[in-house]
Amino acid sequence: MAASQPAAERLTDSLKDAVVAAVIALALFSGLIGIRTTADVGGLGLNFRWELLAAAVATVFAGRFLLNVFVWRTDKPVTRLFSGPMPKIPGLDKLGVIAGPIMLIAAFMLPVISWNFFGQQNRYIMDLAILVMTYIMLGWGLNIVVGLAGLLDLGYVAFYAVGAYSYALLSTKFFPLMVELGYAGPGIMDWAFWVSLPLAGILAAFWGIILGFPVLRLRGDYLAIVTLAFGEIIRIVLLNWYEFTGGPDGLSRIPRPSFFGIPFSRGEGGFADFFGLGYSPMHRIIFLFYLILILALITNFVTMRLRRLPIGRAWEALREDEIACRALGINTRNTKLTAFAIGAMFGGFAGSFFATRQGFISPESFVFMESALILAIVVLGGLGSQIGVVIAAVVMIGGFEIFRDLAEYRMLVFGLLMVSIMVWRPRGLISSRNPSVYLKERKAVGAEHVAEGRG
Amino acid sequence: MSQWEKDPVVTVEHLTMRFGGLVAIDDLSFNAGRSQITALIGPNGAGKTTVFNCLTGFYKPTEGRITLRHDNGETFLLERLRDHEIARDAHVSRTFQNIRLFSGMTVLENLMVAQHNPLMRASAWTIGGVFGISGFRQAETEAIDLAKYWLDHTRLLDRADEPASDLPYGAQRRLEIARAMCTRPVLLCLDEPAAGLNPRESAELNQLLRYICDEHGLSILLIEHDMSVVMEISDHIVVLDYGSKISDGTPDHVRNDPSVIAAYLGVDDEEVDAVVGTEAE
Amino acid sequence: MEYFLQQLINGLTLGSIYGLIAIGYTMVYGIIGMINFAHGDIFMVSAFIGLIAIILLGIVGTTSVFVIILALLLVLVIAMVLTSAWGWTVERMAYRPLRTSFRLAPLITAIGMSIVLQNFVQITQGARVKPLQPIISGGYVLMEKDGFVVNLSNIQIIIVVVTVALMAAFSLIIALTPLGRAQRACEQDRKMAALVGVNVDRTISLTFVVGAALAAVAGVMYLLYYGVIDFYIGFVAGVKAFTAAVLGGIGSLPGAMLGGMLIGLIETFWSAYFTVEYKDVAAFSILAIVLIFLPSGLLGRPEVEKV
Repeated sequence: MAASQPAAERLTDSLKDAVVAAVIALALFSGLIGIRTTADVGGLGLNFRWELLAAAVATVFAGRFLLNVFVWRTDKPVTRLFSGPMPKIPGLDKLGVIAGPIMLIAAFMLPVISWNFFGQQNRYIMDLAILVMTYIMLGWGLNIVVGLAGLLDLGYVAFYAVGAYSYALLSTKFFPLMVELGYAGPGIMDWAFWVSLPLAGILAAFWGIILGFPVLRLRGDYLAIVTLAFGEIIRIVLLNWYEFTGGPDGLSRIPRPSFFGIPFSRGEGGFADFFGLGYSPMHRIIFLFYLILILALITNFVTMRLRRLPIGRAWEALREDEIACRALGINTRNTKLTAFAIGAMFGGFAGSFFATRQGFISPESFVFMESALILAIVVLGGLGSQIGVVIAAVVMIGGFEIFRDLAEYRMLVFGLLMVSIMVWRPRGLISSRNPSVYLKERKAVGAEHVAEGRG
Repeated sequence: MSQWEKDPVVTVEHLTMRFGGLVAIDDLSFNAGRSQITALIGPNGAGKTTVFNCLTGFYKPTEGRITLRHDNGETFLLERLRDHEIARDAHVSRTFQNIRLFSGMTVLENLMVAQHNPLMRASAWTIGGVFGISGFRQAETEAIDLAKYWLDHTRLLDRADEPASDLPYGAQRRLEIARAMCTRPVLLCLDEPAAGLNPRESAELNQLLRYICDEHGLSILLIEHDMSVVMEISDHIVVLDYGSKISDGTPDHVRNDPSVIAAYLGVDDEEVDAVVGTEAE
Repeated sequence: MEYFLQQLINGLTLGSIYGLIAIGYTMVYGIIGMINFAHGDIFMVSAFIGLIAIILLGIVGTTSVFVIILALLLVLVIAMVLTSAWGWTVERMAYRPLRTSFRLAPLITAIGMSIVLQNFVQITQGARVKPLQPIISGGYVLMEKDGFVVNLSNIQIIIVVVTVALMAAFSLIIALTPLGRAQRACEQDRKMAALVGVNVDRTISLTFVVGAALAAVAGVMYLLYYGVIDFYIGFVAGVKAFTAAVLGGIGSLPGAMLGGMLIGLIETFWSAYFTVEYKDVAAFSILAIVLIFLPSGLLGRPEVEKV
């Protein structure tokens, strides 16, 4: 229909549509862009910015008009266009097969490349890489809960917080106390991270079960709000339990990780000295990068492994049809609990890593927005897709850093990007599913078949 | 004395199910014989699916007792077990009126999920599986073999790697039966397995059910509206109306029972024809 | 007793505001089954529009009661109209393209929209807290005993009265008008409603418009009651209102109001008798406890598991 439309008619229709859009924009922006409240002496005053308003409305008008004429090529509003079948990108679903190994090699080579070619920028790049890897690990952890088991968890950051505070409290309070009381030698402090890491994971998993036990019989959005509430409760407790968690001041001087007992310090006995290298603060950064890379790869490996085990298949079956699962003798509550606990455990590992990297943690790092961001990475990447999480994390976190110069506009762009990607590909970037077992050949299952779970 | 009185696989006694003020099943008692096909028929809304839901633990009966006996004499009181325990321990398996497959998983995966519990045990509750213990690999091969066996008998072997929702309707019905069989059931409950099938598929289903019953010695409980299926393959028919039993016996007995004809006459011409007319066919 | 009464009054006032926002959540959930995470930020936008309108009209400092009432009505209308436009636009841009898509996609766009609205307001209006001098002052002393005074301020009366009036009007709309009928039809079965001639797109758009208008009332009241707003109030109020909607049974309008009142009361009483820091913990814990025993909330229709 759109194609046969005469060009002139299309032009007038596009114009009309653009005028309507401009009028709406005028209504929306008149108050908020055109007028700004300012703090005057003795109350609030107003600052009129009509030229800014005019510019914003003109942008909407021109943008809409140009898009109508050149991109959508129709008078129909853009929103109608997207409701058809999902736009297909040839090859994107197969990307995982090739991209996986390439990305893995790139990740392992990154410190070397960065060290040799980016001199000044080296530190910045490695810090960013560590940040992205942390979100990849969190995304993979949450993918077990949301992508495989189909349980909507809006409070994942709670387990991240449990992991971080577990490590921080163990290493700053518990271990020194043990040393003081003579139950442990002072050497334990060099191993603090390695001892705490599994403990933090276990504690997070434990909290996952504590939360999961009563609420997992809730469905869909009820589960979502309770997990959100749980995340907020943990944060509020951390914020107010001053004696234990330091409240809003957080916990500082958290021990940095050692290279399996060898600290990254200047001078004798340090990492550089031990290996006969010149001291460089970058050693620790590079070590941290490889540490989170390995942790994330373990998460990935375990997840891939679990998918091929009965428990993983039960998770996916649960996402597809819970009632059928029960009719086949699967204890759905325990199955959900394991998904929750294992997802939480990886969140806890990531949390300990975060604490040791920062050396300082406070409740501010564990707000709802973090949960939303991790969930967005999982959904944008494509539910259940491991490689999708990687791509989404690189795009979202990396992109967020690249637009650093935009300062306060950065979040705005970030939000718009989130909306646009989702509208463009509602099932995420990589949406097909790989069967866990096959007789003759492994055929990917298209996104249209896969359910998303109701829990 | 008939088989279902001599050696019942399941005995339902005084089963009553109330939803608020509505009495869906009213003091129902019947037996189903071992290695026999028992059909549960009745007009729409007679409470047949409710009986199934009580039997498989999806509903808790308001009153009454349901006893299941295994070959080895072990008995289970089904009304005391939860849904997944009935499937796992008592080995009662079921299909659904509106097919419930794992649509995003392949045909083979559907059958592997059905063998969840033995595979879980073999993987030492996942811990051994993560490290790849050999016992698990052995168990998995056996599970695939069992799946292949039932895929072969439901003519789905060459579609094993396709997503379940890609199958045509009749094949989905067969897959659901194959999946139920993979749980190694003692009693198989089928809720309208012939609904939506064409005559050829329907005949094929008859053969499959007879095969399951005769060769594997399985007991089958069947809800069905298609009288050509019911009359041809059932050993025993229980007729429900408004939640109560109005007739119980062999197909011949039921066919000539005036109360059955009355119940059906009051409802639906087609079904009356089916019940009364099968003799003439 | 006096203390209790005072807290009851405060709690009901706060609860009214939550209730009005909660209706927006519950309506949208009822009709398209999604959590409109941006709804709290729509409420925030309305508070800002209200603030600008109040200053624009120069109400601050006026003493004539008649002028104040007239001007505030005008402010309310402006806020409702403009906020509705925002609600409509958000639905059109971020949710409608995903109408037939799977459930998590609109949830993510809603979170995206929430980020967009927050930062848009932060950029255009600044991050600083905006204080507004009280416009409606005065009130009544209900009781005085041992030096403790129980106050019922005019603004509290207005908030509760307006809320009750709106609720009544709104229930009538849903029960009697074609829009309400169309809305209920879409809630039951969207496809079937479309087949019998209900314009589903328009009905859904109108739902967002009405929800935003009610949030605008809540926003203006919040502004008048507390006198300070910033770009972040939407998140906190939104989460509370959503909690209220779920507590009352999401999809149920009386439930949203009841849930709002309960959350308002719980928060107020907890702050008054225990610790103000843990008031949110109390509200969330009660939500979790209620849901464990009543999985569909207080007034929600229990979900029958169809086997």
